Amino acid sequence: MADPKKIAGGVVNFGVIAAFTGFAAFPFAWMVITMFKQTKDLLDPAHNPFVYNAPPTLEHLRVLFQDTLFLHWVGNTLFVGVLVVLITLVLAVPAGYSLARLTGPAGEKLGIGIFLTYLVPPTILFIPLSRLVALLGLQDRLWALVLVYPSFTVPFCTWLLMGFFKVIPKDVEEAAMIDGHSRLGAFVRVILPMSVAGLLTTIIFSFTLVMQEFVYGLTFITSSKNLTLSVGVPTFLVRGDVYFWGSLMGACFLSSVPIAILYNLFVDRFIAGFTVGAVKG
Amino acid sequence: MATVETRALRKEFTGHTAVDGVDLTINEGEFLVLLGPSGCGKTTLLRMIAGLESQTSGDILIGGRVVNDLPPRARKIAMVFQSYALYPHLSVAKNIAFPLKAQGAPRESIAGEVDRAAKMFGIERLLHRKPRQLSGGERQRVALARAMVRHPDVFLLDEPLSNLDAKLRNLARDELKQFQRRLGTTTLYVTHDQVEAMGLGDRIAVMSGGTVRQLGRPQEVYDEPADTFVAGFLGSPPMNLVPVDGVLVGFRPEQLLAPGAPASEGVGPAVPMRFAVERVENLGAGRLLYGTLPDHAPDQKIIVSLAYTVHSSIEAGRTYDFRMHESNLKFFDPGTGRRVPARPLPARRSA
Ligand SMILES: Nc1ncnc2c1ncn2[C@@H]1O[C@H](COP(=O)(O)OP(=O)(O)OP(=O)(O)O)[C@@H](O)[C@H]1O
Ligand SMILES: [Mg+2]
Repeated sequence: MADPKKIAGGVVNFGVIAAFTGFAAFPFAWMVITMFKQTKDLLDPAHNPFVYNAPPTLEHLRVLFQDTLFLHWVGNTLFVGVLVVLITLVLAVPAGYSLARLTGPAGEKLGIGIFLTYLVPPTILFIPLSRLVALLGLQDRLWALVLVYPSFTVPFCTWLLMGFFKVIPKDVEEAAMIDGHSRLGAFVRVILPMSVAGLLTTIIFSFTLVMQEFVYGLTFITSSKNLTLSVGVPTFLVRGDVYFWGSLMGACFLSSVPIAILYNLFVDRFIAGFTVGAVKG
Repeated sequence: MATVETRALRKEFTGHTAVDGVDLTINEGEFLVLLGPSGCGKTTLLRMIAGLESQTSGDILIGGRVVNDLPPRARKIAMVFQSYALYPHLSVAKNIAFPLKAQGAPRESIAGEVDRAAKMFGIERLLHRKPRQLSGGERQRVALARAMVRHPDVFLLDEPLSNLDAKLRNLARDELKQFQRRLGTTTLYVTHDQVEAMGLGDRIAVMSGGTVRQLGRPQEVYDEPADTFVAGFLGSPPMNLVPVDGVLVGFRPEQLLAPGAPASEGVGPAVPMRFAVERVENLGAGRLLYGTLPDHAPDQKIIVSLAYTVHSSIEAGRTYDFRMHESNLKFFDPGTGRRVPARPLPARRSA
């Protein structure tokens, strides 16, 4: 016979996990249900919001894809996201590595200082940045976002990567230098492969930051075909006080699922990423 | 294979000097052990020779060539770190192949070289594993295999055995010595363990406070210490140092002969020396006696070690007539700690 304590433990375990799973999955479920609901069904307060009282419809998705520039916005977001991720990697990887290897209190202070710049809110920063964007003639162009987004992804990811590089023993990279590589070679052959978790964390993190950013997207982009998802969707699917709930939910679902899948693929490494930084940052 | 030479090598870190003018020559094919207490600058010296640390002043020569400005990869050295520093993301086979690839060895030859190195260290069946799946002893072999696979001119080893347990350490020491003999590679080995140093080294350089105090064959350093530091650092228990009439008289614990113990041959006559025993420690393989020499220095505690083969019954609280070969006595200046010429032991005081 199994130990009753064990069974009780199992039940509690299962209960907790089930509760969290429900909590996490609930928004997705509701989004899926809502995106196929007829508007009449959706807006009738007498109807149960979680079941179809009238037959499901594809009308909302049709509106999303045909009456708005949804696909365009997806493209814009991908364009900006990929470029920002690349810029972030190019700047944050060497910066994080240098900070990690810069011994003494100077390195530590510099690292904290860089992290602090991440905490300056966009609502303040957009004023000077808008002058910069105007100066460069980038108003209403995606390049404006490519320029300003790294202002918060780079400091955060530099700090994040610094934690990753710090826990890699110096010995290993020195061994590679003795084994025949230059410092740069040792970095590429040994340090980078050992920090895959950190690089993935950086990529996912920068990309999601870009996807959810609103203030800069709203400030610097005016024409509808240049908008990104986070601005385009609420701007065009909320008209005055009319909410196109079905289409809104469709847009949210379609853009959040790929990210959710990406997170899940790397969830172990992702968590490792944050704890590494936490233990020795 | 090559010689290694340091000339007036110094390293200053902010505020203090870690290596303070070291002149050292390691001969071709020699196994030189750098021995000293923690913090005396051994690792710093080794890292400067490897090129991982730049010297404040002085020269380093490998194979007669000044390598001061060469990066580590150009010095034709291999190093085994105390932590082994294996590449955790690579299999054992790829770890061993790493230096070959880094130097652009032809692809076809790499597999053969890796196999040969693995066979030499008996790790063929581990080749597909990752370092984290290895025991300490296995890691050490992989690190050695990785170091020797590309036939370096010089081996640098920084306490490679200190992570192993005592039993494995003895085995590994023996193997290491055999490999080095077979390969004949000039080797500099850093340790703070005197047993390791005595057992492994062709010569030992004893370091303290950033300087080399003595350089010589193990027996030489043991028998003829150049100063009180070396005398006190080597040997377990270390040499007894007894102040007698303004000079420090040193002798090894095993050199005071118990009544009935056979005298050594060829070292001259043994003179009597009374020893007041205060405590006896039985260690199984022998005995340690704690006490004083009432006729020479009644206040100075000394330790005497009796071999297993000495059966004389010795009890605490009694005074016995021990003997000592006068040629075994070493004399040191109490001020500088340096050796001074032997002199007759001052006449025995009558109690
Ligand atoms: N990077 C550094 N910065 C400042 N001081 C250092 C540095 N590296 C070593 N030291 C100091 O230099 C001295 C010698 O250090 P080293 O590591 O060479 O000692 P060691 O003989 O190898 O000791 P151990 O047996 O403990 O390894 C020590 O006092 C140490 O604190
Ligand atoms: Mg050391």
